[in-house]
Formats: sequence, structure tokens, C-alpha cells
Amino acid sequence: MSAEIQFDNHDKQEVKNTTCYMCACRCGIRVTLRGGEVRYIQGNPDHPLNQGVICAKGSSGIMKQYSPARLTVPLRRKPGSERGANEFEAISWDEAFSMMEERLAHIRATDPKKFALFTGRDQMQALTGLFAKQFGTPNYAAHGGFCSVNMAAGMIYTIGGSFWEFGGPDLDRAKLFVMIGTAEDHHSNPMKIALSKFKRNGGRFISINPVRTGYSAIADEWVPIRPGTDGALLLALNHEIIRQGLYDREFLVQYSNAAELVNLNDASSEFGMFVRTEVPEEEGCFDPQNKLWWDRNSDKPVVTHTAGADPFLLGEFKLKDGTPLKPAFQLLQDRVKDYTPEWAEGITGIPATTIRRLAHEMGVTARDQRIELPIAWTDTWGKEHETVTGNPVAFHAMRGLAAHSNGFQTIRSLAILMSLLGTIDRPGGFRHKVPFPRPIPPCAKTPKGPEGVRPNTPLDGMALGWPAEPDDLFVDEKGDPVRIDKAFSWEHPLAVHGLMHNVITNAWRGDPYSIDTLLIFMSNMAWNSTMNTVSVRDMLNDKREDGEYKIPFLIVCDAFHSEMTAFADLVLPDTSYLERHDVMSILDRPISEFDGPVDAVRIPIVPPKGDCKPFQEVLIELGTRLKLPAFTQKDGARKYRDYPDFIVNYETEPGSGIGFLAGWRGKGGEKTMRGEPNPRQWEMYAQNGGFFHHELPRSYQYMRNWNQGYLEWAQRNRITRYAEPISIHIYSEVLQKFRLAAQGKTDGRQPPQHLKKRIETYFDPLPFYYETLESQLTDTQKYPLNAITQRPMAMYHSWDSQNAWLRQIHAHNFLFVNPKTAAAQGIADGGWMWAESMHGKVRCMCRFSEAVEPGTVWTWNAIGKAAGAWGLDADANEAKKGFLLNHLIGEELPAHDAGAHLSNSDPITGQAGWFDVRVRIYPAGPEEPQHTSPQFEPLKPVPGMAQKRPNWFAFFAGKGDWK
Amino acid sequence: MTQLALVIDLNVCVGCHACVTNCKEWNTSGMAGPLSDFNPYGADPTGTFLNRVQTFEVGTFPNTETVHFPKSCLHCEEPPCVPVCPTGASYKRKEDGIVLVDYDKCIGCKYCSWACPYGVREIDEKQKVMKKCTLCVDRIYDMGLPEKERKPACVLACPTSARLFGDVHDPESAVSVAIRESSGYPLMPEWGTKPSNHYLPRRKTQLRIHDDELVRADNPLKKERLLPKPDKSEPSLDDVTSW
Amino acid sequence: MTVHPAFSVIFLTTLIGVGQGLFLALYTGQVYALFHVLSAQGDRQFYAVGSMIALAFLIAGLVSSFFHLGHPERAWRSAAQWRTSWLSREVIVLPGFMACVFGYGVAHYFGWNVPLFTLGETLQVDLIMLIGAAGTLLCFALFVSTGMIYACLRFLQEWHTPLTVINFILLGGASGFALAAGYAALAAPALTGFYAKWALIITVLAFVSRSASLVRNHKLKPKSTLQSAIGIRHNVIAQKSQGFMGGSFNTREFFHGKSAAMLRSVKWLFIALTFGLPFVFLTWGLSSSNPGLLLMAFFVQYAGLIAERWFFFAQANHPQNLYYQTVS
Ligand SMILES: Nc1nc2c(c(=O)[nH]1)N[C@H]1C(S)=C(S)[C@@H](COP(=O)(O)OP(=O)(O)OC[C@H]3O[C@@H](n4cnc5c(=O)[nH]c(N)nc54)[C@H](O)[C@@H]3O)O[C@H]1N2
Ligand SMILES: Nc1nc2c(c(=O)[nH]1)N[C@H]1C(S)=C(S)[C@@H](COP(=O)(O)OP(=O)(O)OC[C@H]3O[C@@H](n4cnc5c(=O)[nH]c(N)nc54)[C@H](O)[C@@H]3O)O[C@H]1N2
Ligand code: SF4
Ligand code: SF4
Ligand code: SF4
Ligand code: SF4
Ligand code: SF4
Ligand SMILES: [Mo]
Repeated sequence: MSAEIQFDNHDKQEVKNTTCYMCACRCGIRVTLRGGEVRYIQGNPDHPLNQGVICAKGSSGIMKQYSPARLTVPLRRKPGSERGANEFEAISWDEAFSMMEERLAHIRATDPKKFALFTGRDQMQALTGLFAKQFGTPNYAAHGGFCSVNMAAGMIYTIGGSFWEFGGPDLDRAKLFVMIGTAEDHHSNPMKIALSKFKRNGGRFISINPVRTGYSAIADEWVPIRPGTDGALLLALNHEIIRQGLYDREFLVQYSNAAELVNLNDASSEFGMFVRTEVPEEEGCFDPQNKLWWDRNSDKPVVTHTAGADPFLLGEFKLKDGTPLKPAFQLLQDRVKDYTPEWAEGITGIPATTIRRLAHEMGVTARDQRIELPIAWTDTWGKEHETVTGNPVAFHAMRGLAAHSNGFQTIRSLAILMSLLGTIDRPGGFRHKVPFPRPIPPCAKTPKGPEGVRPNTPLDGMALGWPAEPDDLFVDEKGDPVRIDKAFSWEHPLAVHGLMHNVITNAWRGDPYSIDTLLIFMSNMAWNSTMNTVSVRDMLNDKREDGEYKIPFLIVCDAFHSEMTAFADLVLPDTSYLERHDVMSILDRPISEFDGPVDAVRIPIVPPKGDCKPFQEVLIELGTRLKLPAFTQKDGARKYRDYPDFIVNYETEPGSGIGFLAGWRGKGGEKTMRGEPNPRQWEMYAQNGGFFHHELPRSYQYMRNWNQGYLEWAQRNRITRYAEPISIHIYSEVLQKFRLAAQGKTDGRQPPQHLKKRIETYFDPLPFYYETLESQLTDTQKYPLNAITQRPMAMYHSWDSQNAWLRQIHAHNFLFVNPKTAAAQGIADGGWMWAESMHGKVRCMCRFSEAVEPGTVWTWNAIGKAAGAWGLDADANEAKKGFLLNHLIGEELPAHDAGAHLSNSDPITGQAGWFDVRVRIYPAGPEEPQHTSPQFEPLKPVPGMAQKRPNWFAFFAGKGDWK
Repeated sequence: MTQLALVIDLNVCVGCHACVTNCKEWNTSGMAGPLSDFNPYGADPTGTFLNRVQTFEVGTFPNTETVHFPKSCLHCEEPPCVPVCPTGASYKRKEDGIVLVDYDKCIGCKYCSWACPYGVREIDEKQKVMKKCTLCVDRIYDMGLPEKERKPACVLACPTSARLFGDVHDPESAVSVAIRESSGYPLMPEWGTKPSNHYLPRRKTQLRIHDDELVRADNPLKKERLLPKPDKSEPSLDDVTSW
Repeated sequence: MTVHPAFSVIFLTTLIGVGQGLFLALYTGQVYALFHVLSAQGDRQFYAVGSMIALAFLIAGLVSSFFHLGHPERAWRSAAQWRTSWLSREVIVLPGFMACVFGYGVAHYFGWNVPLFTLGETLQVDLIMLIGAAGTLLCFALFVSTGMIYACLRFLQEWHTPLTVINFILLGGASGFALAAGYAALAAPALTGFYAKWALIITVLAFVSRSASLVRNHKLKPKSTLQSAIGIRHNVIAQKSQGFMGGSFNTREFFHGKSAAMLRSVKWLFIALTFGLPFVFLTWGLSSSNPGLLLMAFFVQYAGLIAERWFFFAQANHPQNLYYQTVS
């Protein structure tokens, strides 16, 4: 830098728009290249998601691109070397494809379920899912099961949409915002943009979290809570809202099943089900309008939504035949009657007065600050509304609720609270994002039994679906699971995202059966996304008596030298996000906005490094070689040249007009959402900055569960099959059906004996509070503390330790402990200490913090690393001082009544119970080494990686030293 | 006279570090760069950054505030770092008050860093010259950029727009208004350095609910009472008329 | 907690201090002789060699200072800001002073003592005297510049006091006179007593003023606090993260990472080495005129000065350190 200001020479630079993938938020980015090297990555100012801003990770994309941990050639485990020894030899892609083709073709022709494909932090589930289905294996899932499936399932089974990528808080109009158990979340930048606007507009922000960091730091009020107890808090809030009459009665009556009458004849197989006017076979996955209200005016049962009727929400009634009835709302009131704030105080640690005040703040704000927008709309019953109204209380919640084994019921309590306040898809409350809302439950279903899995045949159904009743389970005639992860079995009936966290253990144990080939894409299952990490690593290497590995063949597709790659028999080097074509599709996890659908693309900015290949291309090639119907012509010939060609031309069914991208469809790009393939679709996306945003008419933007205009638009565009109203399930018949089966009251499928009690207990049609399974089975005297993790804003899981800039911010992690808690154990600030659970222990460093509830200890997630991984030196801080909490967390529960090898997960959804672990802490001895424990044999760089790393790094784009 | 500066709103800063790495990213390949890193993949990685975000805890549980605190050169109006520099490499621009280092003149004696009470100057241990926030002088005047983007990289990046940029001498500027209306303050005023950058404090929104708001006439619970129905035995017109 | 002492700077300031002190000793001796306060004069050789020794110290100091610079090849630029920068002034004065010392020695060597003019009745001023006078002026200017480099930093409260400059003068003077005593004992025994006595006196004075600064620093209350550093009024504030974990320039430059106990030991060590032992050696050497003892006094004192200077830096509490307390 000299005294004269020098500006960039823009004529010598290239600027391209694409989509970030430093995390799953998928912001639009603008990349400036100088001399072919990345000079600057900024937020795309036109992009609806991030509106020009960018985060710490996104800004450090350059250091990912030029990371020395990059894998650049396909690798085969060196013949003769042991798995896990990290000894590889470089092979060509041809060899890699032949190996896979031969192996997979054989599996497909014999027993397709012996091939399992599980994918981690990807956003191409539409493609990976398609591949698995076409292959014919049921053993496919993405990471949702260990991530936040409780959040998806708990809300979708209640209101037909959820937080996460499915919907969110309307902070533009909210007056009160309550954030529960969220550190960073997927919607990172949009949440930050919205939060600051909200605060500047004078909104009141309350955060409920055991820890105060990040977002919670700027909350007007922090409500510290004991982990795993939010269910109690939410039920007490529901109690108080109902007790004070602060609920939106009209909303509940019209738009939920609160007023619908439940059959309370406990001798009947219909016990706990809604009474219906006629009971024909119900077609389709929607709620038929055949349930009853008890009309106040006529004092008689009437069909719901009968003109002029005004149903009771409370009361007890009898049908002519003597059937006792109660409205669902009455049952809810009965349920929460004893869930008083005083009761919740003892469980949550939050004073009853605070709980009561919170309820009043929510209720009064919702009631008295009503918003009315001059937007006319028509509901599904044909009623015209002059305005859209809303109650400006918004919530957001994430894994603090989800990652507990009581999360599903907790999240139902939250969804019900939001519904009581009348804030579903209304201004200032919760808003859906296309393609949500979905019917409750959504229509997709898995096959119902093993007959859905046949050689050389695509799977007869989806690998993942949404069971509506026991008959939808994916089990054999004995009731045993068909899937390797036991999803959709009686162990985890509503495991709508699978249970990736149990795949390795199950396959290793051969329970329910052994598999042959496991393909892991973009997930670090040998480290941070696995529980019980040390043992799981051993399982990956474990052999049968005949010397064959218990999991015979392991393929890993990764872009970096992660802990997982060391265990592969075959490593497929992926491209970076700046090197490949990609789509953020509405068929997948969407990036839509409240006002309408959005999708986006990635286009290559720089050429692939070395010989790496996009996994997208790998799948298209493999699909073609295996002659999977979707990827080949009738005669078996190749159908798609490559991935970009596939994206443009693939239609869900011939002529459906539905493809991966919704923008610029039709021959000339004149159609949106549906239309024939457009050969110039990629260019059109590129011209528009890499994204497509379709703004819905204003009258379609609210009340979408019941908005005729919207639902018909969605139906016409084949977003949904039915344009029927999606009534909120305050009371869940779906859950009741499983309970009835467990009680032996129905003729259909019934759970095996040992699981009956479990199903009966947890499949409660109304939310209830129970201690997390792990706590129920732990000696909590011995392990008095809760240990949790949370996301640092400047790191993405395990994959940013290779990032020279980001790792300076988080080089290692501490266990944060309330000074009182630490002092009681004689642990010093900065001192070495042990954290121990019934599953294992880790040595780590302590950091005092006044911003954590005294019964909780916490650390940043996934900072600790195995020595030598991620292109780091063996003595890097990550491996010496950084630690992984996962060593303390079991993937299975201790043996108990319900079985010996049950997953440490929510009994309903199979959501991994990461945050359930109980620990004790004590100081490390003065004689102990000052580094973390356990330690692992350092990994060495593999072929194709930089063998030596620079001591100095002085990046300056355009100089050409970073190729 | 113009004095450009940043105003940082602690009320909305969530400590995300976007401003930290975006600053590094923009500047490492710009006129202030490269910003070198030592041991980038080894033990105790350390490098030159022009902006850092720190975290403080205020108070004791449960009345704890967590404060995220970004800090870069404050472009003092009376910068003590400038007069001490023996080479004139450190200077304050007359036209806009930005304090800069001329790398061509800097001998790396570090004296200026001793003279800065805020700890915002960092020597680049590879290039051996003193580096610090430039207020992105190579962006804000770059006519090759669209006008909206002629702002510091950290300001454009910040997802919460906690970073405002402008002329603190212009009473009408957004930064001056923010300082005035949101009680903006300088750091370590005791040294008379008159930092141009200012910080906006936390502001709390409270809600007060009056008891009478809880017991209102339109309480929906009232609707749940059975509609009043007279007893059949009560007198009615039937008893007194015979049409 | 405090500034990380750089050895290049420790050596720079102590070595030139010795050189300055030695020069002052030589010149004082000559002046005394001029006024006939002192009888016997050393020969030309004595002054010439003495000046060269002083110059050698100055050069060593200068060389050492280069190690402190990122870009020593540009060192010449540092003369530019004499109007505002004490460092710049030091950089200008130091070569001037060195030239004088050199000239002084050369003049002695060649015996340029032809009187140029007479002051008053009898005071015959020759070139040597003139160069010496100029040297003395520059010598004090140099002391002041060096001292002011530190004393002018107002928020380094430990340094921001006239005592800093006075200490630099007295400590440099003491070590120079001690060296002169040892040197005289070898080369001009007649002068030994004079230098040694002055060395004793200055050492005592230095002890007083250095003690004064120790006492002052002990009582100092930092003006900056975490409260003023981040602008939040609350009694309980603790940093949890300084924003990076592997260290930065700010943590390397302004933290020595040594314990308070170590600091205390260094303090007592430097008091003993700089003042106590030299006092003993000087007194003893003075009575016995033993060059070994006198040289010992110098070497011990110089070692003490290194410790003293280390402590001088280490004790300084930089307010920037408030911002760099904790990693996590
Ligand atoms: N203790 C604890 N453990 C947890 C959690 C927790 O809260 N606490 N959270 C859980 C949750 S929610 C999740 S989602 C998981 C996440 O855990 P993982 O899914 O294991 O996520 P990452 O560690 O990011 O690993 C993803 C892998 O993708 C690789 N990768 C990065 N970019 C690319 C690319 O472009 N192509 C390919 N092919 N690979 C790439 C990385 O190198 C890395 O090996 O962790 C879980 N683990
Ligand atoms: N920067 C960054 N962003 C990310 C990721 C990342 O790794 N880095 N990962 C992405 C992924 S895969 C996911 S799943 C999302 C997850 O996003 P978040 O849901 O924000 O995930 P966590 O960081 O696990 O946050 C959990 C929060 O819940 C709190 N908590 C824990 N237990 C409880 C409890 O019982 N009750 C309450 N009320 N709070 C509790 C924790 O203190 C923490 O603040 O983030 C995504 N975004
Ligand atoms: S939030 Fe995620 S997608 Fe958006 S800029 Fe940051 S890393 Fe990229
Ligand atoms: S903050 Fe420090 S470096 Fe910046 S102008 Fe002020 S004194 Fe100088
Ligand atoms: S380090 Fe450079 S900028 Fe700082 S005082 Fe020395 S010469 Fe001036
Ligand atoms: S103004 Fe520019 S140089 Fe200064 S902190 Fe912001 S990005 Fe960095
Ligand atoms: S980018 Fe903005 S919100 Fe993030 S740390 Fe910097 S100032 Fe705070
Ligand atoms: Mo996740």
C-alpha cells in the first residue's frame, strides 16, 4: 500500500454469480476473479435470500477453494493395507467407475437393499433420492434424522409446515419474537437481516436457551432453561394462555381441529378418533370434511364448517347412540390443566412468575396488536375475506427443541401454542414457504413391506415417506424393519428422514441384516456426525470371522481429507462449490421466500482442481452404467450427456413439465413452475444472477392452509395433488392410530410385544412432557449436568478447520461452565478437566461463563479434530486442545424394557438425541498430559494432496501462486 | 471538513465475524494486502487481520449480557499513532480523516502500535510493515464500482447492518444521526484521542401488561358457556294465551 | 499482562547509554582538568581510545536497533518526522552524537589542541573542547530523545513521567562512569578515583530516581478500564473471546507472558545488580584501585541494566491489553 490509492482494474476482472455453499443457507454470491483466481466473494445484492450480505464462512470461500485438504484424485485403499490406516493409491475415474459398476450391478441383480446410500450436509436429495429409488434400495436417507427431523415432523404433522427451510417467523410485521433453542440455524443470513430490522423497529425479542450467545446475545430478555425441559415450559404457556382465555378462538374454530369432536368410548376401536358423518374409505392424503362440531346455536352435532354454525370448543357431549364426545380443545384443556407454571418451574428452572408473564406477553400482544392488511382472499369453503389479519407474535425454534428424545412432543406443544395464538401463515406470525404447507401428513409413502424391494427394479415407493397410520410402516410380516436404519418400523414409526446415525452400528451388528456396500456422500460419519465416535470408528474396521470386513465395501465421496475418508475402500474426490453445476431445487430442500417460490443454481466459477469430479456427474454416470430406467433410454442407451443436460431435460414423469428447476421452463423459457424442458435454462438462470424468484399474488401469500387461490395455484402447478384445506392438528389422530394399535384395539398391524408400551406411551395424540429417554435411564445423581453443543457462526460443522482464516477464529474449543458449577468441582478457568457420561469421557479445557445455566455445560460443535485430518499438522490446536463432545454421546440407549439396542433417539421420529447426554465434570490431575483425550493416530496426506504445507500464507489473487 | 468513520451498533451485532473475514478477503488481494498468515495449517495459526470481533460477558448469571464487540482502527481525530511515526508512513488524510500507513515508507519499527491505546494496528510479520484498517479506501472511492457498493467491505458484508459508514462531521449524515439519537459513544475517551468510530449501546424493548388487559369482555372462554336456556317449567306465553 | 520487552530495544537503550555515559565521563574529566579541578590528565591515547570504546558501544546499540526494524534497509527514512516524532529525533541525534564522539577521539588522537580562542581571562578553548561541548549537548539531546520516546506515550502511564528521562540519563551516566573508572584504572590510574567517585554518586542518584519511579508505578491506577475500553458501565465485565486463538501481533508485542513472581524477582535482581553490587564493587575498587573490581562493577551494572530495561518494558501496562485477555 502506498500513499497513492490504487483501485482494482475492473477490466482485467471477471464477475460471476453463483450460490454459496459454505453452509446450507445457500445465499447468492458474486465472485470476482482476477487472473483466474478468486479475488473476492461478496453477497449478491439482488438475491432475495441474503440481499447482498454475506457471512464469515461465505467470505472465507477462497480459503476453502485453495485448501491443502482438497482431494484431487480417486483413491483406492492400498491392496494389503488395513481399512482406516489411510493408505491409498491413486486410480483413474475409469477404474473407479468399473469397480462401482461391477459391485453395484451385482447387488442390484441380487438384493438391492445390500447397497446403502446415505448423504450428509448435501442439498441434492432430489437427485440422490432418485438414484436410490431407481436402484431399488430402501436404504437411503439424507442427514435429517440426526439433524432436526423432530422439527420437521413435529410441525408438519401439526400445521403442515415447519421452520428450517420450510417456513419461518415474519419479523417484518411481528411485534414480539420468541426464539427457542436456536444458535445459528440454516437460514443464517436471512435470520440476521430480519432480526436486526425487527429490533430496530422496536420489536421485543425473547430468547429461551440454556446459553446466551449469538442471537440470544441481542435478545431483550434471556430466559435460561434447563436442557430438555422446553416441553414443560411450552405446556405451561399453553395452560396459561387457555386459562386466561388469550387464545384466538375464531382461528382455532375455523382453521384447526380444535372444535372437532373426539369419540371417547373407550371400548370402541374408534376411541380417541374424530367422529365422522359417514365413514367411507378415505381417499387421498387430506382431511376429508366429514367430522363434527357441536353447534352452540342448535345444540346439535353438525358437520364442520356448516354455515351459521358456531361450535363449542369446551364441553362434553353425547351422540344419539350414547357415544361420549369431547371437542379436541376440551381434551387439550384437560391435558394442560395440571401443567401449571408452578409445576413447570420445578422442571425448567424458570420462575413461575416469568412463565406467566411470558404467556401474558404473548397472549396480549397477539390479541391487542392485531394486524389487518387490505388483502382480499377466498378460503377453501368459498368464503370471501376483505382483509388478511394476523397476530404479531412470531416464534422460531430449532435444534434446542429438536435434538432431544422428547423433541417431537415438545415441538407439537410449540406448534399448538402458535396455533392457539392464531399465528399460522398470518402476517407477523409464522409464514410458510413454497412448497409448504403440505397435507398432514404429506402424501409421500414408502413401500409397506419387503415386497417393495426387488432385484433390478426401482423401489416401489419412496425410500422416505410420511406414515399416516400403522399400515404405512415399512416392516415385514413379523413387524421387523425393512430398512437398515429401522426407520418406519415400530422402533421409530415416523422416522421421516431416516436414522443415519444408526446405519453403521446396525450394519456392523447385522441387525436387522448385513449389507455389502455403503456409500457415504458429504458426511463425516467417522467423526462429528456420529455418536459414540470411538466405537463407531472401530466398527468401520471390524472384521467377521472369515476375515471380511463387517461392512464389506465403503465408498466415500468427499471434497476434503476428512476423518471419514480414512475409512474408505474407495474415495471419490468431489469438486468444490465454485467448480460445479448444481441446483437448489423445489423438489428438494427449497430456498423459497414467504412471498413465493425461489430456486437457484450453481455454475462453475473456476475449473475443477486436479481430477476431481462433481458427485452429480458420478451419479448420472453410475445410473447410466447401471441402466437405471430414469437415466437410460428404453434400449438401455445413455439418456443424459451430463448433469447440466439432466437438469434441463429430466421430468418427474415424461411430459409432466416438472423438473428440478422451476424457472424459465417451456421451450423458450416463457413458463414458470411447469413447462417443457428449455435447452437454454442454465443461461437464463445465469443471466438472472443464478436464481429464480416467483412472487405470488398478494392474496395467495397468507393463510395458505386454507387459501383457495393459493391451493389451486399449487395444485395447477402440481405442487400438491389436492386443493383441500389443511386443518391444523391440535389433536393428532395419526398418533392416536398408533396408540390404538399398541393397545390392541385395531385389526391392522400391531407393534411387537416389547415395543407396545413404548408406542402406547409416546404416541399420545396430545402433547405431553416426559424426561428425555437418556435421562430416564441415567443415574442423574452421578451425572447431574446436561452437556450440549452449539454452532459457532464462523464455522460449519467439521469442514472449516481446513480454512486458514476461519480456523484462526476457532482453533480449539473449551467447555463452558458456570463458575459456580466449576468451583464446586475445583475446576479452574482455563484448566484441564474431564467430562464424563455413562458412555465415555473426554479431557478438555474449561472456560468459565456467566452466560450458561448452572446445570448445563456446553461447547462449540465439531471444532476438535483427529490429528492430521483436514490438511492440518498433527500438532494443530484442533487435535491437541480441541475436543469432540460426541465421544460422550451414545448412539444407542442402555438396554431397558423396550429392548437392548434401541437408538438414542426420539421414540416417534428417530431424531438423534444429541442434547440428552448427562455428564459429570472433574479436574484433570496435575500429572496428566495437557492435551485432549482420546487421541488418534495422526493421518498423513493422501496421494493428490499437497504433501507439504506452507508456513506462510500470503494470499493475493491473480499472482498465480495458488493453483 | 470530512471525517469518515464507522458506527457500530452493539444493539444488533450478533458476533458473526462476517466483517472480520470479509475485511480480510477484500484487503488481502487489495492495496492493503497481502495479509499474511503464519502456520495457517499448524499449531497456533496466526495472521494479520484489520478487524476483530470480541466477546464480553457483563454481569452475573442469570442477569448476564453477552456483548459482541467488533473493533478496527477508530480513525482518531487526534491519532497518537501518527505524530510518533518517524518516517511519516503513518498519516491522517486531510481530505477525509482516514488514517493510513504507507507501506513503502514504513520501516516496521512498531512504534505507532505502541502509541495506539486500542490495539488495532498489526504488523504483518511477513511483509514487515504495519497494517491497519484502511476504511477500505480502495473501495469507497472506486468509481469502477456501482455507487451502492462504494462502502467498506465489512459494512456491505454485515448481515445485521450493525456497521454504518459515513461522515461524522456532517451533522445530517446517517452516522451522525445515529450517534446523536442512539447515544453513540467513543472508546477510552480518557486519552483525548477523539476516535471517529463510535459505538451504539444496547437498547431494550420492554412490554408492560396491565392487569385489566388480562380480563377483557371479549374473553373467548365466555363463549364456551352454554347459551342460557330457560327451564321448561318456567312460565311462557303458552300458559297465558290461547290463540 | 504487559509489554513484551524486545531485546533489540533493551540492548539499544542500554548500550548507547553506556556509550553516552562513557563519553560524558571522558569529557567531564577533561573539563575538570581544564578548570584545574582535576590535576593530572590522561594522555591523548586515553581519550582517543576511550572515545572509540564509547563509539563502539554506540555502534553496537545502533546495530542492535536494526534488529528491531522490519525494514532496516529503509532506516534512513526514519529521520523524516523530527518535527513530531521523538524516535525520529533520536534517529537524527544519534549519528550526530556518534560523529562528535568520533571527532572527539580523532581530535584527541591528533592532539588538535591549538587554542582557538580564549573565554574570559584564561579559558583557552580548543577544537577538542568544542567538539566535546557539541557532543555533550547532543548526548543530552539523545538521552532526552530516547527517554521521551517512552515518556511521551501518555497512556503508558508507567512511562509517562519525567522520571523516565531522568532515569535514562542517570542510568546511562552511572554505567558510563563505571566503565570509565575501570578503563582509567587500566589506562590512566590517576583518573580512576574521579570516575569511580562520580560513578558512585550517579549510581546513588539513579537508585533514588529509579526507586522513585518504582514507587510511583506501584501506586498508579490505570486510567483505562474494561468499562471505558468497551463503553459499558457495569462492575462485572469479563472478556470471553478476544476474537482469535493462535495469538496475534497484539498479543505477542504487548504481553510477555511471565508471571508476577518472575517480574518481582527481576525487579529485585535489577536493583541488586544495577545499584547494590556496583556500589559495593565501586567502593571497594575505589579503595583498592583494583581495575578488576571496577570493571566488575561495570559489568555487573550493565547486566543489571539489561534486567532493569527488561523490567521497564515488562512493567508497562498497555491499555490495549484490556482487549486481549481471553481466548475461547
Ligand atoms: N455433538 C454434536 N454432534 C452433532 C451435532 C450437534 O449438534 N452436536 N449436530 C448434528 C447435525 S445437525 C449435523 S447436520 C451433523 C453434520 O455432520 P456432517 O454431515 O458430518 O457434516 P460435516 O462435518 O460438515 O461433514 C460433511 C462432509 O462433507 C464434506 N464436504 C464439504 N464440502 C463438500 C463438497 O462440496 N462435496 C463433498 N462430496 N463433500 C464435501 C466435508 O469434507 C465433510 O467430510 O452433525 C451432527 N453432529
Ligand atoms: N455457522 C453454522 N451454521 C450452521 C451450521 C454450522 O455448523 N455452522 N449447521 C447447520 C445445521 S446442519 C443445522 S442442523 C442448524 C442447526 O441450527 P441450530 O438449531 O441453531 O443448532 P445448534 O447450534 O445445535 O443450536 C442449538 C441451540 O439450542 C440450545 N439448546 C440446547 N438444548 C436446549 C434445550 O433443551 N432447550 C433450549 N431452549 N435450547 C437448547 C443451544 O444452547 C443452542 O443455542 O444450523 C445450520 N447452520
Ligand atoms: S450463510 Fe451460508 S450460504 Fe450464506 S454466505 Fe454464509 S456460508 Fe454462504
Ligand atoms: S485507533 Fe489507534 S491506530 Fe487508529 S487512529 Fe486511533 S490511535 Fe491510530
Ligand atoms: S511501524 Fe511503520 S508506520 Fe509504524 S511508526 Fe514505524 S514506520 Fe511508522
Ligand atoms: S473498513 Fe475496510 S479495512 Fe476497515 S475493518 Fe472494514 S473492511 Fe476492514
Ligand atoms: S458482521 Fe456485523 S453482526 Fe457480524 S460481527 Fe461484524 S458487526 Fe457484528
Ligand atoms: Mo443439521
